[in-house]
Amino acid sequence: MPCNESKRCFVLQKEIYLDNSATTRPSAQAIQAAVEMMESRWGNPSSTHAKGDEAAAALHEARCHVASALSAATEEIVFTSGGTEANNIAVFGAAAKNAKVGRRIVTTAIEHSSVLDSVAELERRGFEVIRLQPDRSGHIPSAAIREAITSDTILVAMMLVNNELGSILPMEEAVRAARNHAPRAIVHCDCVQAFGKLPVNVTRLGADTVTVSAHKIHAVKGAGALWKRKGLHLPPLTYGGHQENSFRPGTEAAPLIAAFGAAAIAAGDRAKMAARYEKVKALWEEARRRLVDIDGIVINSPDDGLPYILNFSTCCVKAETMLNHLSERGIFVSGGSACAKGEPSHVIKALGLPRDAADSAIRVSFCADNTAEEVRLLAETVAEGIRTLAHFQKPKPKKRENAEKI
Amino acid sequence: MNKLKEIILVKNGELALKGLNRRNFEETLAKNIQKAAAPCGGVNVWRAQSTMYVTPLDSGADIEDIVSCISRVFGIAALSRAAEVEKSMDVILPSACTYLKDDLENARTFKVNAKRADKKFPLKSPEICAMAGEYILKQFPHLTVDVYSPDVTVTIEIRDTAAYLHKQPIRGAGGLPVGTGGRACVMISGGIDSPVASWMMAKRGLALSAVNFASPPYTSRRAEDKVRDLLRKVARWSGEIRLHIVPFTEIQEAIRDNCPEDMLTLIMRRYMIKIAQAIACEDGAQALVSGESVGQVASQTLGALVCTDAAANMPILRPVIGMDKEEIVEIARRIDTFEISILPFEDCCTVFTPKHPKTKPSLDKILLAETALENERICVADMIERALVNTAVEIIRSE
Repeated sequence: MPCNESKRCFVLQKEIYLDNSATTRPSAQAIQAAVEMMESRWGNPSSTHAKGDEAAAALHEARCHVASALSAATEEIVFTSGGTEANNIAVFGAAAKNAKVGRRIVTTAIEHSSVLDSVAELERRGFEVIRLQPDRSGHIPSAAIREAITSDTILVAMMLVNNELGSILPMEEAVRAARNHAPRAIVHCDCVQAFGKLPVNVTRLGADTVTVSAHKIHAVKGAGALWKRKGLHLPPLTYGGHQENSFRPGTEAAPLIAAFGAAAIAAGDRAKMAARYEKVKALWEEARRRLVDIDGIVINSPDDGLPYILNFSTCCVKAETMLNHLSERGIFVSGGSACAKGEPSHVIKALGLPRDAADSAIRVSFCADNTAEEVRLLAETVAEGIRTLAHFQKPKPKKRENAEKI
Repeated sequence: MNKLKEIILVKNGELALKGLNRRNFEETLAKNIQKAAAPCGGVNVWRAQSTMYVTPLDSGADIEDIVSCISRVFGIAALSRAAEVEKSMDVILPSACTYLKDDLENARTFKVNAKRADKKFPLKSPEICAMAGEYILKQFPHLTVDVYSPDVTVTIEIRDTAAYLHKQPIRGAGGLPVGTGGRACVMISGGIDSPVASWMMAKRGLALSAVNFASPPYTSRRAEDKVRDLLRKVARWSGEIRLHIVPFTEIQEAIRDNCPEDMLTLIMRRYMIKIAQAIACEDGAQALVSGESVGQVASQTLGALVCTDAAANMPILRPVIGMDKEEIVEIARRIDTFEISILPFEDCCTVFTPKHPKTKPSLDKILLAETALENERICVADMIERALVNTAVEIIRSE
């Protein structure tokens, strides 16, 4: 092992996980539910014998929990392999259903890539895609939405909470504009980052389809759901069996779905949600206060966003370097959903930040298990990173003179 | 009919030109073929005139797999599969029709080419050709003979031990057998160019060592793994590569803190060269290899190359020096390194990129700037020594 590493790397007793928008730690209830399905109720839910019935019952129970967390009807929940698949089914389904009605799709430039890449594919197939640009704080202006949704719009796809900034998008405005001006449009809402954090009531939301994901609410990876308004028929993306009303065929991932159901109980509980919100809001404010105190740091998240996500830029240490530095000290954050060599994520790019800020954007995302002490350590370690790793320390005036004289 | 026993015939490339060294070249090539085919159960290699005969050790081995391994061995101009049959026209003729059935069915014209190395065989070459031609025409009446540019050439070779029916030859990897040209040490960062440069020098017969500079925490573990993955791909052609990973953070930070920003990259490259050179010497390499191409970036202008070269006292081979990016990418795709190269991790070259690097640097100014790294407070020579002591070595093999 190189000496630099041993010098720099000291093992912290405890890991500080501040990347909860990437994934969350599975809860004891979720793990237990999955293990129980694998150990005893491992039948195929489609089998018509007792072993299958057991599994089908577990699946139904999970469906009830997820539906209840979304204030939806049980039969409106379609289990998928996760948020990406649910977004794909919704976007391609809506486009296929409405292809004869029109070609115009309205979305935003800061959607998750599972929506952006899907609409980009539809664009290649001849659809017209309008991507609304955010302002500097990550908000999508309501006026822009009203203007973009014209009578020939067939799909409006918008997230409720942005996954990199925490900004809350004006879904209400989008639904109203669609209903008033584009009666045939299907409104899809990606609620992956909002689920369990904001009270998501699908009826009040007014959308036609809603995506949620299991592993963002302390369940496990590999499951998600699409809520589809009763009476809305969309063509499926895959074919093969009668599962999920033939809309999403294939043997259900029963253990993962059971874990999803178990986690949804806690995620949907409004009282617990409010308590979590208060706790996380305090953490967010603490983090923001400590970080803005550090010289050079700018906050990219809006003040009125969801306090589960805090995005900031050090403006002097590249995101990847800061990530490595924090990781070596057991602190896990993210550099945005697609941190690339010299390439900030599409969300950060859309904000139009100066180059230094864009290259150094860091996303911290909380859960209710995080503590003020962890936030303190984060801020200290970021400050330490800036002291030791700043890519270009301000050249001392004297040295610069020497260099020029040569 | 029983499954025919198949072998692979290998035609040397430029080897035939190499006069007195030829024996050495052929021996190395034979060894390289054996190594390349080892994962498919191993092969025997024997030579006769300018052809090498490769026989699978394991009769159940998949000959296509072996061909695909050997097609990446440098020093081979062409290779073809061949069936080994008994030396009697009664066996040769029907076997030829079965063995080459697909080729003959899809062709419109053909010719027969006979080689009679065993002069005791009762028929002479033209007689073999005539007999075989007549037989094949009877079996495949849609064919006509064209001796000038046939769609399919049926080659029948009579040797002392057996007769061989050749399939249509495919192109080999070309170049010279790896190891016949000595050893060079490639500086690999993780980009698109250096794996291509490595591959090109291996093609000219050089065995490879590699040096990678790691700068944690600016660069991550994944950047190192990326370099390993790239070299694993190159090793499919070059054989095993000795990889040296040099801890470079201390030196890079010293340069950043003490040298003018617009010279950072060049000064860094000069120290990389000094370190790579020390490693190359230890590894028995006589030259460095780099993926630079004139004018591609600021540190690769002619003026910048002059400054980097001044830090070296062994040749720096730059096989992609005159190539456009698209040409380099084309090779990167062919050798399957492109998709790995574009993975987005910081590497040692992107860590401290000046905003306005010098494109017309002056060596004098750079040398003067470097004196800031050599005083009672900072001693870059000690840092280099530490980096060398802490360099980790591993052998990279193809998967």
